[in-house]
Amino acid sequence: MISLPSLALSAVTLNSMKRAVTWSFIIGLTVSSLDILAGVPLAWLIVRKRGHWATILDSLADIPFIVPTVALGFSILEFWSSPDGIAQLFGSNNVVPPGVVLIMLLHFAFSYPVIVRVMVGEFLNYRETYEIAARTLGASSFTAVRTVTLPILRPGLLAAFLLALARSLSETGATIVVAGTFENGTVFISNARNSGLTSAVVIASLILILASLAVFSAIKLIAPRIRIAPLKVWPNFERKLSNSPTVAVRNIVSLTIFLAFVLLPCLFIALPAIMAVANGTATEAFAGAGPWKAFWSSMLLSYTIAGLVTVVNIVSGLPLAILVARNRFGSKITKLVDALVDLPIVVPSLALGVSLSFFWRNMGSLPEFWVIVLAHTTITYSYFVRTMTASIQEVQPELEDAAKTLGALPLRTFRKITMPLTKYALLSGAILVFTRSVDETGATSAVSKTLKTAPILLVSWIRGTISVTPSERALGVGFLLVTSFLALVVLRVVAIRKPSRGVG
Amino acid sequence: MPPLRFVNVTKRFGKVLALERLSLDVSDGEYLCVLGPTGSGKTTLLKLMAGLLVPDEGSIYFDDDLVNDVNAQDRNAVYVPQRYALFPHLTVLQNVAFGPLARGKSASFSMEIASKTLDLVRLSSRAQALPNELSGGMQQRVALARGLASGARLLLLDEPLSAIDARLRLDLRHKIRDIVKQSGLTAIHVTHDQDEAMSVGDEVLILKNGRIRDSGHPRRVYRRPSGIFVTNLFGGASFFEGIVDNTVGETALVSARGLVIQAPSRMLTLTSPVVLAVRKERVRLSTNPPPDMDNVFEGEVRSIRFLGNSREYVIRLSNGDSIVSRNFAEGEPEFKVGDMILVSFREADVMAFEYPPQGLSKELEIA
Repeated sequence: MISLPSLALSAVTLNSMKRAVTWSFIIGLTVSSLDILAGVPLAWLIVRKRGHWATILDSLADIPFIVPTVALGFSILEFWSSPDGIAQLFGSNNVVPPGVVLIMLLHFAFSYPVIVRVMVGEFLNYRETYEIAARTLGASSFTAVRTVTLPILRPGLLAAFLLALARSLSETGATIVVAGTFENGTVFISNARNSGLTSAVVIASLILILASLAVFSAIKLIAPRIRIAPLKVWPNFERKLSNSPTVAVRNIVSLTIFLAFVLLPCLFIALPAIMAVANGTATEAFAGAGPWKAFWSSMLLSYTIAGLVTVVNIVSGLPLAILVARNRFGSKITKLVDALVDLPIVVPSLALGVSLSFFWRNMGSLPEFWVIVLAHTTITYSYFVRTMTASIQEVQPELEDAAKTLGALPLRTFRKITMPLTKYALLSGAILVFTRSVDETGATSAVSKTLKTAPILLVSWIRGTISVTPSERALGVGFLLVTSFLALVVLRVVAIRKPSRGVG
Repeated sequence: MPPLRFVNVTKRFGKVLALERLSLDVSDGEYLCVLGPTGSGKTTLLKLMAGLLVPDEGSIYFDDDLVNDVNAQDRNAVYVPQRYALFPHLTVLQNVAFGPLARGKSASFSMEIASKTLDLVRLSSRAQALPNELSGGMQQRVALARGLASGARLLLLDEPLSAIDARLRLDLRHKIRDIVKQSGLTAIHVTHDQDEAMSVGDEVLILKNGRIRDSGHPRRVYRRPSGIFVTNLFGGASFFEGIVDNTVGETALVSARGLVIQAPSRMLTLTSPVVLAVRKERVRLSTNPPPDMDNVFEGEVRSIRFLGNSREYVIRLSNGDSIVSRNFAEGEPEFKVGDMILVSFREADVMAFEYPPQGLSKELEIA
């Protein structure tokens, strides 16, 4: 039997919980909207400029996406709040103290690449002829984008917005780093857990999950129904917005925002890490002295778990992706399964972790290592299945049918036709799973008792639970960053070899 | 005063020469069909007209005004792409009202123009439908209406019928022409379908590798094509390689791999290699020697294509060359594969061209 803890809450706890959850949504909705405003022009620039600079920009935009969120939090804290950061420019001690504004800056930075990634894909698949037609009908390019391109790309914009929102609502590890005394939903859950307030953890998780689901369903239901028809155009004004000086200003502004609020704060962490190489910390680190012994075993643990999680995902996620992509359950059940697959993306990772820890604890005496593997599988499963489903759907069933009529058995058909056509998605899905498992903090902290993965260890370094020097801290984060960079490089190499599809 | 004039327009994409020193005049209210194989520069030509591309050299005039640097939105030249690009998020009426709205007209005024234009293309009943709820033919008409309502003077149709069923296509091409003519527009219609170009164009323009190979009234181009490529692309024919052996008055005797074909002698010089072409419908088949025919040869029926109102016979001549005959008359005798018959055509129906420098098969490529 599953035993649930008793759920009593004091009025004070209840109030701070309400406030925290409300703030989660205020932050999430604000940040996602700002991300759309700032990210769409950059995605546009990347797609329309093409050429080397656009490719470099495209890769740079991915960096915050793969930097472990804890490292991201640390980097942003250093950049905005420490005397060594941006404060040096202004001659003050800290520009943005830990708290709600810093959380927003953090969430803005890590949701930004999601928007850029989704919108670049959307713009690439978009048929430019709509815009061309609009322009020869007398619309300036600004009018054409406002009244034609963006409304047509609304599903993509919506998906990007929801992904950014989901990431903001569920992120725990980095948010804790920059929150100070402020509490949003996930920080509240984390603090309550550290104070042993089990019932507060359970109720807050439940409320956050339900509220997220409600907000998501509401946005998904309402947004497509809003009809956007161009009722009024201001030709002279919009023409001014389309001329080249205005466009140049817009490009400069988008690039500046990207550099100042996303890229630089995210990479700021690299600076003390470089100093760490000079002052001997690196030598100690490689020797495994002091705190580094624990660090390396954490890294080993993280990468072992990530490897296992990736294998489990491929073995268990691929069949589901095929079933969903090919509608094998019948249309109604397929839709339901398809929607359920997204659940772990929507649910805050710490809440998910709490939920998982209750679940697995009740499953008997499963070793902690395997509980973490299973928790990571739950969290990453959606990303893998989502990527693979989309890719398998793009393989025309006619190709598989043709192979079958040529005498191939189903397994051979899959191996020789479907697999080669979707192998890039498989690889990028696997890399997504792997990097996410390496970075994961929220759920892991909820299910782990004695084992510490690398991000969990780094959180205790950064929060001072385990005492280390600043350069040790920076170097530790730097190591995790470098390994993630390698993953990014692999992803890029794969993506470059990927044949272009969906032309015309 | 021609509303549209190109003077020595050149357009390159990197190293590829898309259009080379192209000059043309289109007169007011003209329906011009541009015909050419893939990659001949047809779409580039349209985009230059629309202002979506800027020429590297040369000048483009609208009504004697140089428009090289005039933006697409200010040209009143509506580009209708292959699949029409109807805005999927707007209703039919909103699509048609887009042009006036984009130029800052009030919503009520724009909607009124749009409804009137929809009346013209007989789609008022579908005003509230979304584009994807319409058939291809209806979408085509909406695209035309959208162009008309925007106040366009020049309509640029890029393969407007390529997305439409074969049967409907025949019907629609005349509808498009009627709508254009009714509204007094000038239209440029790009196609790779020679029948389409022949039947709807006031004039045709034939492009290959970015150069004009021929232009003029379709009947003139069909009867007196400028060269081998145009003959083949515009109507098709049977071709023979030969050498001018002798000329007797107006007649040249051309020896073509063992056969002697009589052809008009103008422009032909003795001993020069030539290519002769005969249109399919000019080739007669019979069992007895026909009267008044200048060229009569024996041949064997190799294959027969039944085309409803006509039949096409492929005949192998004694020298191994093939000749195609298209036979329309109901009362004509029918032949079977393997029949030995007589093939005949008049000297006046033989078109003679200089032998092309890159060889005949290269010149016949239309892909």
